[in-house]
Amino acid sequence: MMKMTKAAFVAATIAASGATMVQADGHQVVDSIHFLVPGGAGGGWDGTARGTGEALTESGLVGSATYENMSGGGGGLAIAHLIETNDPGVMMVNSTPIVIRSLQGVFPQSFRDLTPVAGTIGDYAAMVVHSDSEITDFGQLLEMFDADPTALNIGGGSVEGGMDHLVAAMVFQAAGGNPSDVKYIPYDAGGEAMAGLLTGEIQALSTGFSEAIALANQGEVRILCVTSAERVDAAADVPTCAEAGADGMEFVNWRGFFAAPGISDEQVNAYRDALEAMYETEAWAAVRDRNGWVEIWNRGEDFNAFLENQEQVIGDLMRDLGFL
Amino acid sequence: MIEGIMIGLGTALTLQNLLFVMMGCLVGTFIGMLPGLGPMSAIALMIPIAASLDPSAGIILMAAVYYGAIFGGSTSSILINAPGVASTVATSFDGYPMAKQGKAGKALAIAAYSSFSGGVIAALFLLVAAPFLASVSLSFQSTDYFALMVLGLVAVSAFAGKGDMIKALLMTVIGLMLSTVGTDQTQGVPRFTLGIIDLIDGISFLLLVMATFALSEALMAILRPKGDADRKKEKEASENLGSMKVSRAEVREMAPVIGRSSVLGFLIGVLPGAGATIASFLAYGTEQRIAGPKKGAEFGKGSIRGLSAPETANNAAATGSFVPLLTLGIPGSGTTAIMLGALIGYGIQPGPRLYVDQPEIFWSVIVSMWIGNIILLVLNLPLIPYIAKVLAIPSRFLLPLILFFSLIGVYFVSFNTFDIQLMVIFAVAAVILRVLDFPMAPMILGFILGGMMEENLRRALLINNGSWSFLWERPLTVTILAIAAACLLLPFLTGWLRRVKDRAYEKTSSSGD
Repeated sequence: MMKMTKAAFVAATIAASGATMVQADGHQVVDSIHFLVPGGAGGGWDGTARGTGEALTESGLVGSATYENMSGGGGGLAIAHLIETNDPGVMMVNSTPIVIRSLQGVFPQSFRDLTPVAGTIGDYAAMVVHSDSEITDFGQLLEMFDADPTALNIGGGSVEGGMDHLVAAMVFQAAGGNPSDVKYIPYDAGGEAMAGLLTGEIQALSTGFSEAIALANQGEVRILCVTSAERVDAAADVPTCAEAGADGMEFVNWRGFFAAPGISDEQVNAYRDALEAMYETEAWAAVRDRNGWVEIWNRGEDFNAFLENQEQVIGDLMRDLGFL
Repeated sequence: MIEGIMIGLGTALTLQNLLFVMMGCLVGTFIGMLPGLGPMSAIALMIPIAASLDPSAGIILMAAVYYGAIFGGSTSSILINAPGVASTVATSFDGYPMAKQGKAGKALAIAAYSSFSGGVIAALFLLVAAPFLASVSLSFQSTDYFALMVLGLVAVSAFAGKGDMIKALLMTVIGLMLSTVGTDQTQGVPRFTLGIIDLIDGISFLLLVMATFALSEALMAILRPKGDADRKKEKEASENLGSMKVSRAEVREMAPVIGRSSVLGFLIGVLPGAGATIASFLAYGTEQRIAGPKKGAEFGKGSIRGLSAPETANNAAATGSFVPLLTLGIPGSGTTAIMLGALIGYGIQPGPRLYVDQPEIFWSVIVSMWIGNIILLVLNLPLIPYIAKVLAIPSRFLLPLILFFSLIGVYFVSFNTFDIQLMVIFAVAAVILRVLDFPMAPMILGFILGGMMEENLRRALLINNGSWSFLWERPLTVTILAIAAACLLLPFLTGWLRRVKDRAYEKTSSSGD
């Protein structure tokens, strides 16, 4: 579904041409990038854009980076703006919600109206329980669900029909259950949902893997399964959801970049080359480690195919759950 | 705990953060002295600046501005009898008479020492109470949170004072209504957006605060300009302060007052909804009674005790109101509501988990309170004669600056021009409501608690499969709701009791004739 291997830096990928692209010292790939952030300062999108921009400029791959925050409409304002201005010098950051929100009709556009540049970082999802919980593995959780789904409260840090809910529904669906039986309890944020787990008002939590691993290392939670295709090095004893009984379950919450619909192939490929080369730089390693990001790499056509697949899977599930 | 204090000291005592404390205290004092602008506006104006700093530095800056603004408010209360905010009204009772007697310098010094002591002692209580309450609150479920928020909303209205209760309740309801605009937090359905895409994310908290406080207060100042006589008075007051020395006998007189008022102020501050204003009036009244007939008669004519008590209590209460904020994530006052908004902006969710997950933030808030108070005393007190000159600056220079900073402050966070338009609409509405004497703080509290209250209620209903039985089946929930009911009914009950007593008294006295 998603390639985890870091792309090797190949000098030959530096293909630079066009007005805003230069090849100054055989290193710089793009002259300048204007990052469009669909949310306010300080959010997840903002951090991704600024972190990526920092790595790109400090490593010299990009001459200079500027940023523009445009919040509103659940990200819809920025999408409309990018389409309307059709400025090839702009790269917009986005993530899984662009798929979910366009399915929900929050905004009329979808990723198809833009030019997908690449998926750059991501996070798997995980099912966790409190470390004192009597539930020790995913099989037991499944037994509880099969016995009485109304007695099993599964929390998450998103709204009903949001990402954490969809992941929980996908997991139980893959394990043979009815996804609309999943009793999902929404919290405002992952931290609040964690507090709910501690007070015992929810028995399990659907959350991001990076958040889960931090809490597991503190000894507060037990991770039942992770939604990656293969076990993750950072927690080798945690089974994937697929091997724990949710057949074929895979999910990754990606973050990536989009360009204007009318951008030339040359220019968008220069962006992709710059991002691909970025993985090998020290500047990126520093930014990545500081933020605890997991690298994924999904370029151009692969990214498009991935988005289409995700839209299909999530769309079907949301229809099953009655959200569409 | 010692470890925690060290973490806090380590964070707060960096050169950068110390600079922020100093800057914050000065800026806060400056803003607090301006007529009409209080701690809430001061903090609101700081949010855009703080948003660009790391969380600890941002909170330290805001805490410093907060204390500075309270001190600045006391200064204008004492010098020109113009309390910037309700919590320093009691300060003017004895502070202004002292200033008129030519003892303005002494009054300012007493106010500074009292605020300092109140703040420092209360921070000590906070140090002990917060971790304890944080561990207790780990067992609070959604139903209990819902009950707590009901209590907070009821309390703010119940303590609003005679006749204002209905107005406070109405403003709370307006706040609750505004909080429902935008995508709801349970099902992700857009509500009351009028088809405007900019409203899908809801109304920004910063925008609402800036519009209803900073912007509308500046507009009010333009609507009600000061006469020449007032301006002359301000100029004179800021020029002749007199000696700032406090004698040993006076210190001895103040010490017990400060001790009692600190405890009183802190306890009242901890109650959600009751804040610095009630604490200052209660402390004033209590000390007047304790002082006895002879000393008590001096109250209102320039009594040291009468000045010291409310000054100590309002600062102690301000500190106390951080207890529910840090341990439950529930703001106890308008000011802490703004702080909560700023913390959430950083992605920090105050609550029982803050103490465990982000101890450096938890402790740096507490430590920065001490540092803020110390800086205020050593830096601001000597500078007061110069800072007091602010009162002589014509408002035609000051007001445009405030208008500019509040508009630009909101724009620099969202970069959305729609926000500016919305802000102006809110500011105009707020000015109309202010002219009609409607309080703004309950609206802000309603706005911030409303979203949380709805979320917790709906979550509780989901968990209980749609049954409302948790309202009376969970002992903790029932207890908190009972307290809320008592708060709401108490003013009516005491009024009724008094009438019954009066009637009984009339009867006995008439039968005695």
